[in-house]
Amino acid sequence: MKMYRVVEIERIRQEARNVKTFRFADDSSPLPGQFYMIWIPGVDEFPMSISYTGALKGFTVKKIGRGTSRMHDLEPGDKIWIRGPYGRGFHIDKRRKSLVVGGGSGMATLGPLIEEIKGDVIIAARTKEELIFTERFSHLNPWIATDDGSAGFKGYATDLARKLVEEREYDIIYACGPEQMIKGLVDLAFERDIDIQVSLERLMKCGIGICDSCSINGYRVCVDGPVFFKEELKNMDELGKVRRGWSGKREVVR
Amino acid sequence: MLYVEINGIGFHNPLILASGILDESGDTMKRIASLGAGGLVTKSVGIKERQGYPNPVIYELPNGMGLLNAIGLANPGIDSFEEEIHLALDSGVPVIGSIFGADEEEFAYLAKKMEEYGVNAVELNLSCPHAKGYGMEIGVDPDLVESIVKEVKGRVNIPVWAKLTPNTHRIVEIAKSAENADALVLINTVKGMVIDVDARMPVLSNGFGGLSGPCIKPIGVRAVYEVSSEVDVPVIGVGGITTGKDVLEYIMAGAMAVEIGTAIYLRGIDVFRKIEKELKDWLLKNEIKSITELVGVAQRR
Repeated sequence: MKMYRVVEIERIRQEARNVKTFRFADDSSPLPGQFYMIWIPGVDEFPMSISYTGALKGFTVKKIGRGTSRMHDLEPGDKIWIRGPYGRGFHIDKRRKSLVVGGGSGMATLGPLIEEIKGDVIIAARTKEELIFTERFSHLNPWIATDDGSAGFKGYATDLARKLVEEREYDIIYACGPEQMIKGLVDLAFERDIDIQVSLERLMKCGIGICDSCSINGYRVCVDGPVFFKEELKNMDELGKVRRGWSGKREVVR
Repeated sequence: MLYVEINGIGFHNPLILASGILDESGDTMKRIASLGAGGLVTKSVGIKERQGYPNPVIYELPNGMGLLNAIGLANPGIDSFEEEIHLALDSGVPVIGSIFGADEEEFAYLAKKMEEYGVNAVELNLSCPHAKGYGMEIGVDPDLVESIVKEVKGRVNIPVWAKLTPNTHRIVEIAKSAENADALVLINTVKGMVIDVDARMPVLSNGFGGLSGPCIKPIGVRAVYEVSSEVDVPVIGVGGITTGKDVLEYIMAGAMAVEIGTAIYLRGIDVFRKIEKELKDWLLKNEIKSITELVGVAQRR
């Protein structure tokens, strides 16, 4: 039972074009990969993964819809309503050599994970202006990839990951980002026999595992995920192909 | 021990997934059947694709009392639902297609489509408490209920179940008007509202919603008790069933089987397995060979 509580935004930071981080105090104890439902009364309620754990928590929010756009208008001192944390987070084994791949705002979900593991990090985006957390993790010398080549490796995150996997040894890949990127990494993990955990995103209504909106091959992203393991991903043939719209109708994933 | 038969359809246990919970996707329904459900009722489907309400559509009551929801009959439309039905039928347990319409003709059309898709029965949603022009707004009018049931019965050969609302003082009268159906399903959610005092507004975007979970169980048990002694068709109990003992309460009140939804939220997706075990343990301990022996035993005669 996760009741709403009202939290005050203490700090806001512009991370990239259309991406801001909102810091707030809340005494819940989320695991990396878990998410909350954010309610802005009279506007919308939407799921958001935690990007900073600890006492001063954070949501790193990309402006994509009604709720997230209103969130971007908020200022320090403004309030939001949250319930959570929800879902299954990453299972972390600090001894394993990891490759973390974050595409676009998918990096938001991976932030707390990166703080707990050892290995390499790829921060990827379509273009330089959309890269996030390059400063936060500058001490780790992250690999950078942009589709247009405006910073770092020119090309997709999956291409850079493939290159790194061939040159270096990894026990596990952790990923979050566009679904085609995730699909590519899942295929790579099976091909190279590397373990993998990915955080998936689907349209979500209830957040508590009853409405079926976010289900993928019978798995509920909100409760069974959002983090899925290799054995579950094996038979997930809707990955990168099918999702559901607000009505529940099947749609093609682009 | 738990096998029941309703309208000639066999259920390996009387624990059926209720409409509106994890039944939009055929794959999810299959999973729930594999985790112990004796039958599956689909999400309510209408003529056309319908978006339902914006978020918030759900509110979690404190202390496991239940949920308040107003999804708003979101559905992909009957023409897009055939694939989900076929997947659900793969599970091997009976599938009941839930439908909602604005009048006799819409209900009859949808029922026919569901029959073509291969469902074992249809359930008429005459009871959703939060969609204008549908559900409960139709289901509180005994004459309209009677004529919808009659029209659907005349158009399909599969059993027709009517799911009724508790949001009325005339529940027996409405049940009698629906007696042409092959079974009655009681109850749907109870119309309610929650206001967030910090926001100074209702939490649900629709304002009103339907209350479900343990807090409504006594209302459901009462409705089943009142109705089952007055009608000659099987009654299926719904409302707040979370444990094996809750099932027994409904059965003893007069239900032949039950539908379960919110308990998935409270006890996990394998709740059907858990309840099945609790039921078996109780029946063994009390030396009952078949759960059907207990139907209506609590009725004062």
